[in-house]
Amino acid sequence: MNHIISIRDLDRPSIDKLLDQAAKLDAGPHPGKALSGKILALLFFEPSTRTRMSFEAAMARLGGCSIGLDSVEASSMSKGETLADTIRVVSGYADAIVLRHPKEGAARLASEFSAVPVINAGDGAGQHPSQTLLDLYTIRQSMPLSGISVGLLGDLRYGRTAHSLAYALSLYGATLHIISPKGLELPGSIVDELRRGGTDVREHADVSRAIPDLDVLYVTRIQRERFPDSSSYFQVASSYRVTPELLARGKERLVVLHPLPRLDEIDPRVDRLPQARYFDQSRNGIPVRMAMLLKVMP
Amino acid sequence: MKRDARDGLLISPIENGTVIDHITGGEALNVLKIIGITGATTESISVATNVKSGKVGKKDIVKIVNRELRKEEVDRIALIAPKASINIIRNYEVFEKKGVEIPRLLTGVVRCPNPGCISNTNEPILSRFEVLPEGLHCLYCDQKITRDIASHLI
Ligand SMILES: [Zn+2]
Repeated sequence: MNHIISIRDLDRPSIDKLLDQAAKLDAGPHPGKALSGKILALLFFEPSTRTRMSFEAAMARLGGCSIGLDSVEASSMSKGETLADTIRVVSGYADAIVLRHPKEGAARLASEFSAVPVINAGDGAGQHPSQTLLDLYTIRQSMPLSGISVGLLGDLRYGRTAHSLAYALSLYGATLHIISPKGLELPGSIVDELRRGGTDVREHADVSRAIPDLDVLYVTRIQRERFPDSSSYFQVASSYRVTPELLARGKERLVVLHPLPRLDEIDPRVDRLPQARYFDQSRNGIPVRMAMLLKVMP
Repeated sequence: MKRDARDGLLISPIENGTVIDHITGGEALNVLKIIGITGATTESISVATNVKSGKVGKKDIVKIVNRELRKEEVDRIALIAPKASINIIRNYEVFEKKGVEIPRLLTGVVRCPNPGCISNTNEPILSRFEVLPEGLHCLYCDQKITRDIASHLI
């Protein structure tokens, strides 16, 4: 069955195929009825309003319907019940399931018990393949993916979007520049794995050193709760802040991405600059998720 | 099995069962654990630990009466005692002798150290790890175990 659980399950040709499909859908006109009569179940065991709305919108654009529960309903429905049982039941109601769950590996488990395809919309600190696909899609709108230099900035330790993106970019021969505050570095096991796979990974203490080399600057949220007090947070946040002055030192084709919502990582003055692509990025969630839905419900 | 002066009475011959020899010194109890033998099981077992051995320095030996280990049990042993050899004994003779081979997939053998992993909940699944050159990889949450595998045995 055609599940989408982890970006690691996809090879470069299948990622390309999904992105091509998304581009076709994006160019319009929408086929409108491709999934007419199909039902998508949205099971969100933790809140993620944007991801959920984006899947619902994508399903509606393809002419299908969504049924679902929000996180409160989902947890009361499953009270005492295993996820395996919930999935067995719900897979009898729908043609595909989109799952968001706080436990890592939940989507993999769901795929083992579901009678219909499962799409992972985030499992704990684990995988969130639709985010990675829309990140790649957004980069590809500006430049070909192969052989580019990408800076990953911010919390690379806990930020799962950065982990999945780093892995996906490695399939395209990217050079990765990793820039993070002390204590929030990309885990050594991930760096080792990337390097073993032949990816050039360069570590920088300072974003201003890396900026002239970059084609893409991918900024992730630095969460306050990772710091002992707010003054140490503000100190780090300000030294990692992306400003128009910083970007002025970058290449002409440099683009800035952020999975949103942002806190203080990007100066609002950047929003008006041509490099700012983070709002396009969130809009790109629709065609990318449409392509995913079509892949699992052919 | 031939009697060996160095092993003495500790590993006297058995009529039927399994003798696991050349276990890495000190790992005998982990070997028992990995093949599911606990204080509650009824098998008759002898264990010799830190026996001098020219081949591996110090070795442990485990003898299990009236039980022939299955292939997947044998392969689990490889995780903690890669040099072990397994002798299946029938009627006091070595019926079959085999080395251990590290399996590619471990199901229900190792507990995932990630507390956020779905395999550490009440779901009706067994933990599942693939065996990579650098260690074990949880197929649910992607966590890796690179050292002290014995301490993660279920
Ligand atoms: Zn795990």
